[in-house]
Amino acid sequence: MERFRTIIKEVGLPRAIITAFLMLLLALAATYQIPLVPLLGAVMTRTLINGLFVLAMLPAIVSGIGPNFGLPLGILAGLIGLLLAVEWNLTGFTAIFVAMLTGVPLAAVVGAAYGWLLNKVKGSEMMVATYVGFSFVSLMNIGWTVLPFRSPVLRWPIGRGLRATTTVADFFEKVLDGFLAFSVGGFVIPTGLILAFLIPCGLVWLFMRSKTGLAMKAVGDNRQFAEASGLNVNKYRILGAILSTVIGAIGIVVFSQSFGLIQLYEAPMFMGFAAVAAILIGGASVRRANVTNVIVGAVLMQALLVIALPVAGKIIVGGIGGVAEITRIIVSNGIILYALAQVGGGD
Amino acid sequence: MGSSDFVLELNNISKQYAGNRVLKNVTVKVKPGEIHAVLGENGAGKSTLMNILFGMSVIHSTGGYDGEILMDGKPISITSPFDAMHLGIGMVHQEFMLIPGFTITENIKINREHTRHNLISRLGGPALKSLDTVKMNKDARKALDTVGLNIDEWVKVAGLPVGYMQFVEIAREIDKTNIKVLVFDEPTAVLTESEAAKLLEVMRAIAKSGIAILFITHRLDEVMSVADQITILRDGEHVRTLQPKDTNAFHLAELMVGREIHVVDKGDRDKARKEVAMSIRQLRVLMPGEEVRQVDLDVYEGEILGIGGLGGQGKIGIANGIMGLYPARGEVTIRGKKLTLNDTKGAYDAGLAFVSEDRRGVGLLLDSSIETNIAFTAMQMRESFLWKLGPLSQISARKIRMHADRMIKTLDIRCTGPTQLTRRLSGGNQQKVCIARALALDPMILLVSEPTRGIDVGAKKLVMDTLVKLNAEFGMTIIMTSSELAELRSICDRIAIVCHGNIEGILAPTASDVEFGLMMAGDYRKYRGKEA
Amino acid sequence: MSTQPVSTPAVKGAPPLGLQDTIKKFLLDNMVTVLFMVLCGLGLWVSGLPFSFVISDLLLRIARNGVLILALLIPVMAGMGLNFAITLGAMAGQLAILMVVHWGIGGVGGIALAAVLATPMAILFGILVGKLLNQTRGQEMITSMITGMFASGLYMLLLMVMVGSAVIPIVNPEILLGTGVGVKDTVDLGIMSRAIDDLWAVSFPIAGLAGASLMLLYYGSKFIAKQATGSVQAQRAGVKLGLIAAVVIAAVSGWLMTTDSMLNMVMVPVATFALIALVAIFNLFLITTKIGQDFRTVGQDQHIAKVSGINVNRTRIIAITISTVIAAWGQLLMLQNLGNLRTYGAHEAVGMFAIAALLIGGASVSRATVGQALIGMVLFHTMFLVSPQAGKALLGDAQLGEFFRAFVAYGVIAASLAMHAWKRTMATRKRLLD
Repeated sequence: MERFRTIIKEVGLPRAIITAFLMLLLALAATYQIPLVPLLGAVMTRTLINGLFVLAMLPAIVSGIGPNFGLPLGILAGLIGLLLAVEWNLTGFTAIFVAMLTGVPLAAVVGAAYGWLLNKVKGSEMMVATYVGFSFVSLMNIGWTVLPFRSPVLRWPIGRGLRATTTVADFFEKVLDGFLAFSVGGFVIPTGLILAFLIPCGLVWLFMRSKTGLAMKAVGDNRQFAEASGLNVNKYRILGAILSTVIGAIGIVVFSQSFGLIQLYEAPMFMGFAAVAAILIGGASVRRANVTNVIVGAVLMQALLVIALPVAGKIIVGGIGGVAEITRIIVSNGIILYALAQVGGGD
Repeated sequence: MGSSDFVLELNNISKQYAGNRVLKNVTVKVKPGEIHAVLGENGAGKSTLMNILFGMSVIHSTGGYDGEILMDGKPISITSPFDAMHLGIGMVHQEFMLIPGFTITENIKINREHTRHNLISRLGGPALKSLDTVKMNKDARKALDTVGLNIDEWVKVAGLPVGYMQFVEIAREIDKTNIKVLVFDEPTAVLTESEAAKLLEVMRAIAKSGIAILFITHRLDEVMSVADQITILRDGEHVRTLQPKDTNAFHLAELMVGREIHVVDKGDRDKARKEVAMSIRQLRVLMPGEEVRQVDLDVYEGEILGIGGLGGQGKIGIANGIMGLYPARGEVTIRGKKLTLNDTKGAYDAGLAFVSEDRRGVGLLLDSSIETNIAFTAMQMRESFLWKLGPLSQISARKIRMHADRMIKTLDIRCTGPTQLTRRLSGGNQQKVCIARALALDPMILLVSEPTRGIDVGAKKLVMDTLVKLNAEFGMTIIMTSSELAELRSICDRIAIVCHGNIEGILAPTASDVEFGLMMAGDYRKYRGKEA
Repeated sequence: MSTQPVSTPAVKGAPPLGLQDTIKKFLLDNMVTVLFMVLCGLGLWVSGLPFSFVISDLLLRIARNGVLILALLIPVMAGMGLNFAITLGAMAGQLAILMVVHWGIGGVGGIALAAVLATPMAILFGILVGKLLNQTRGQEMITSMITGMFASGLYMLLLMVMVGSAVIPIVNPEILLGTGVGVKDTVDLGIMSRAIDDLWAVSFPIAGLAGASLMLLYYGSKFIAKQATGSVQAQRAGVKLGLIAAVVIAAVSGWLMTTDSMLNMVMVPVATFALIALVAIFNLFLITTKIGQDFRTVGQDQHIAKVSGINVNRTRIIAITISTVIAAWGQLLMLQNLGNLRTYGAHEAVGMFAIAALLIGGASVSRATVGQALIGMVLFHTMFLVSPQAGKALLGDAQLGEFFRAFVAYGVIAASLAMHAWKRTMATRKRLLD
C-alpha cells in the first residue's frame, strides 16, 4: 500500500487517474472484442501529427511565459505557408519545404511581436495569450475572405474568399507519411512522419542542453536569479515565444499533409488548449516541462481519445456522437485546472 | 491573578526558528501611560518579539513561543492580529498597512465600520447592514485632529506624502477605542526632522491619555528625549532596562553593540598595501527598503572590507547597486576602468562576483541540482563548462560534475551528491553552493551580502573561514555586507557603517563598542565630529 | 490637548476643473467607450437601418442580456477580475428550466419555479468555483474561463449521456432524442416563452419618461447627499452628467409622444426591465453595505484585509456565488425572451459577450459600475446589430461585417486584459522609482 502511494505521488494524481482510466478502457475494449491493432495504429498516427503542437508548448513553459494558449498564432502562420504552396501549385516535398520556408519566418516575426507583448504583461500571460490568439483567428477570418489568393482549389466556387477546408489530396497528401514507409505484418510504419516528430524533439532536447537553453530554463525558473546572473530576461522570453510559434507553424504543416485537409476559419481557435492539456498530462506543470512530458503527454492524450470512442459506443445506449468531444473537453480542461491549482494556493 | 502595576508583561519569552534561538528569556514590562523604548541591532530580537505580541502567523507556523504574556495581570493568548486588536494592542507598522485606493476614513475603519440596520439586513443578516458614512467620517476627523493632521478625511490615501501616511496609520490605531498598548515600529524612519518631532509630541500626548507605548527604534536621541523606560536587547537576550536619567547616548550605544569579539589572526599581512581596487563615488541606489543616498568609498586591493549598519539603512543596497540588480547612479571605477552601472553582465566582465543576501529568492535555482547551480553563472558569463562549435554549444556534464565534486569537498557541502536539488539543503549548505557559484567565476573582487544569515553556528564558522582563506591564500578582495557586527569585526580589515543611506564612518575592527554603537545609530558625527 | 497642525500643502483634493478641461479629461479616461460610440454612430449611418428598428432590436437585446452583464460587477469589485464562470450560473438556469419543461409547468409560474430550482444549484456551483479560485489566487480569470469550459463538458455529459439512460431514467419524447437518451438540441419553452416580457408592455416614449424620472430620483438623491459630506470633484461631475442625461431623456420622450414617429409603436417589456433595474439597484445597494465594503477591501489588498480580520477566502466565495446566482436568473430571463433553449449552445458565448460589452462600456478588470454595464450593452449590441448591414454597404459582404464584430469582441477583451496587466507592472515599477 505504501509503495502504491509513493508511486502515485511520484507520477502525480491526475496522471495516475488518467493512466488508470486508459487501462480500464483497454480492458473494456478487449472485453468487447474491439480490434486493437487499427486502434493502436490510429493512436500512433494521431500522436505523431499532433505531437509538434505539444512540443511547441515546451519553449514557452520553460522560458516562463507559461503554457502557450496563443498557439493559434503559429498555426495561422503555418496555414499561410500551406496556402501559398497550393496557390503556387506545388506538390510533394517541394510543397512541404516551401510551406515551411514561408511559414517559419512569418511565424518568427509574429512570435517576436507576441513575445514582446507578453513581456509587458508579466503575470497575466495565460489570459492575454488566449485572447490574443482568439482575436487573431477572428481577424484572419476576415483575412481568409479578402486575401488575394486566386487558386480555384482554395476559393469558394461562388462567392468571396477561401474555402473553409481544402483537400490537399492532389498536392502533398501524406508526403511525409509515405516517406521511407515500410510495412510490418500489415501494419504501415510512417517513417517520414516519425522523423518529422522525433527530429524536432531531438533538436529541442539538444537545445535545452545548450548554453542558451539552460539560460532560458533559468529565466523561467527564477527571473531574479537569471537577472542576477547577468542574463537579459526579456530576450529569453521572446526567444521562447518565437520558438513556440515557429514549432506551431511547422506543426500545422505536418498535421495538414497527413490529415489531408487545410482547415481555416474557426479550426485553429482551440488548438492551443488541446496542446496545453497534452503536455500537462505528460507530467509538465505551468512552470516546468521537458521533452519526456511532450512525448508521454501526446501519447496519453491521443490514446484516451481514440480508444474511448468505440468503447463508449458499446457501453452507452443511443447516440455516441458527442462522446469523443465530451471526453476531450472534460479531460483537457480538467488537467489544466489541476495544473493551475498547483501553482496558486491559499494565503 | 488580578490587576497589577503593569498593563503589559512579556515574561521570559523565548523563540527559536529551526534550531536558531532568536529570543532567549526576554522580559519586558510596561506600565499604563508609559513610553517604553526597545533598542537593539538587527537580529537582536525586536521584530520577533513584536510578531509574537501581535499574533503573526509566522510565529505559530514555526512552533510558537515559550513564555507568558499578561495584560493587566491576566495571562492572554494571542493567535492572530485580530486577537491582539481585541485585547487592546495596536501596532503602527514600519511598512504601512494602508490601502491607497481607499479614503482616509475607510483606511481608519477597515473591518471596524459603523453600520446601521436597513430593511434588507433585518431579513438577510448583519452583513447587509448599511455603512454609516457620516459617523465614520466624524470619528476619522477626531482621530486626525488628535494627531494634528489637517487633511480632509475623505481624501484618498494614494498620493499622500509618506510622512502623512505615517500619521494616518497612527490615527487608525488611536481610533480603536479599546487601545491599551500601542506599538510603534521604527516610526520616524521615513519622516523629516520636523515630522519626527511632531510624532514624538503626538506620542507624548497619547501616553498622557493613558495608553502605553512600546517604541522600537535605533535613534538614541529620540529615546533619550521621549522614553520613560529603555530596554536594550542584544542577540535575543535582555541586556538592561533603565531610565534616561541613568544613562546617555554613549552608554546606550555601547550596550546595544558590546559583546565579546574574537579577531581572527590573519598572520603576517602587509597592511601597507594601499592600491585601490574599487573606487565608489556618489553612489545612489534605488533599492526599496535599502536605499543608498550617497556613498563614497575606496576599496583596497586584497583587503576584506566590511559594510555594516542597521537594517533598512542602505548597506544591502550598495552591493546590489554595483552589480546592477537595482537602478543605480554614480561612478564606480575598478582598477582605473570605469564600470557601466545597471549592467549586471558588465559587472561580471569587470571581474566582480556576487553572493546575494536573498539566498533562496535570488541566489539559487531551488529546483535544480547543486552542480547546475554552481556552474550556472560561470557558464553564462565566461562560457565555462561547455562544448562549443561556433555559435552552438552543449553543456559538458563531465566538467560540471568534476567541478561540483571538487567544490563539495572543498567547502564541505553536506549533501547526498552533486545531483541533489538545492531546495533540500540546509541554509548553511545552500549558502556554500552560492559561494561556490561565485567562485567558479574566478573573480577579482567578491561581494558577499549577509553570508551567515539564518545559518547554524558550525556552518557560520566554515563560511567565515572560507572567506578568510580566499583572502589570505588567493589575495581576493572581499566586500562583506552584514548585519552581524561581531562577524565583521572578527575578520574584516576595515568596517564602513552605513546609516540613512550614507557612510557614517569607517572604523577599525578594534574600535570601541561605543563608537560602533554611535555610528549604527547615526549619531557618530553629532557626538564625535567628522573623524572617520 | 492642543497641537499645532502639520503644515499642509494643498492636499484637499484636486482643484476644481473648468468645463473644457472636464470634457477633455472625460474623453481621455474613456477612450474605448468614445471610440465605440463613434464606431457605432458610423455603423448606424452606413448600414441604413431604420432608427426605430434599431431601437426596438436594441431594447430586445438589453432585455435579454441586462441581468447577465450585471452578474459580472461584484467579482470585479472583490478583486477577482472578470468572471468567465458565469457560464455555470447559466447552466444552472438551463437545468432548472429543463426540469420545469419536463414537468409541464408553464407561464410565469414556470419561470418562477425555474428560478427557485436554479438558485440552490447556482449557489452550489458558485461555492465550488469560489473555492477553486481561492486555490488559484492571482490567476483567477484564466481559471474561471477554463472552469466554464470544464463545467460545460460535465453538463454535456449529464444531458447527452445520462438523461434518459439508466442513470436518470426519465421518459419525455418532447425533450429527449428519438433514441430515448440525451436531450434534444433545441427545446421549445412553450407558454413560458415571453412570459415575463408580456406581463406588462408600454410604448417606448412612456418608458423613456419612466426611466428618466428614476434617474432624476437616483442622481438627485446623490446630489443632495454629496452636499452634506463633501466629495471629490469628479464624482460630482458624474452626478451632474447623470442629472443632465435624465432631463434630456425626459424631454426627448415627451417630444416623441407628440409626433407620429415609428418609435411610438415600439413596445418595452416593463416587467423585464423592472427586474433588470432591481438587480442593478441591488448591486448599488450592496456597495453601501458592510459586505460590499468587505468586497472592496478584499479587492484592494487581500493581505491588509486578512490582517484586519476579514475572512478573505469566505468573502471571495460569497462574491462569486452571488455572481453565479444572478447569472442563473439572467439566463432564465434570456431564455424566456428567446422562447426556446439551445441545450448545448445557449450558455457558451454568454460569458464572453457579457464581458466584452462591459469592457466596451469603459469597465476594466479592476473597476466596473452599473453605468458602464448599461452603456456597454447599448454600444455592444448596436455594433452587433449593425455590423452585417454595414459590412454589406461598405465592403459588399455581410459576412465580413459578422467577422468584424466577432473580432471586435475578442479584440476588446484582449486589449483590455493587456492594458490592465501592463498598468499593473508599471505601477510596481513606479513605486520602486519614487
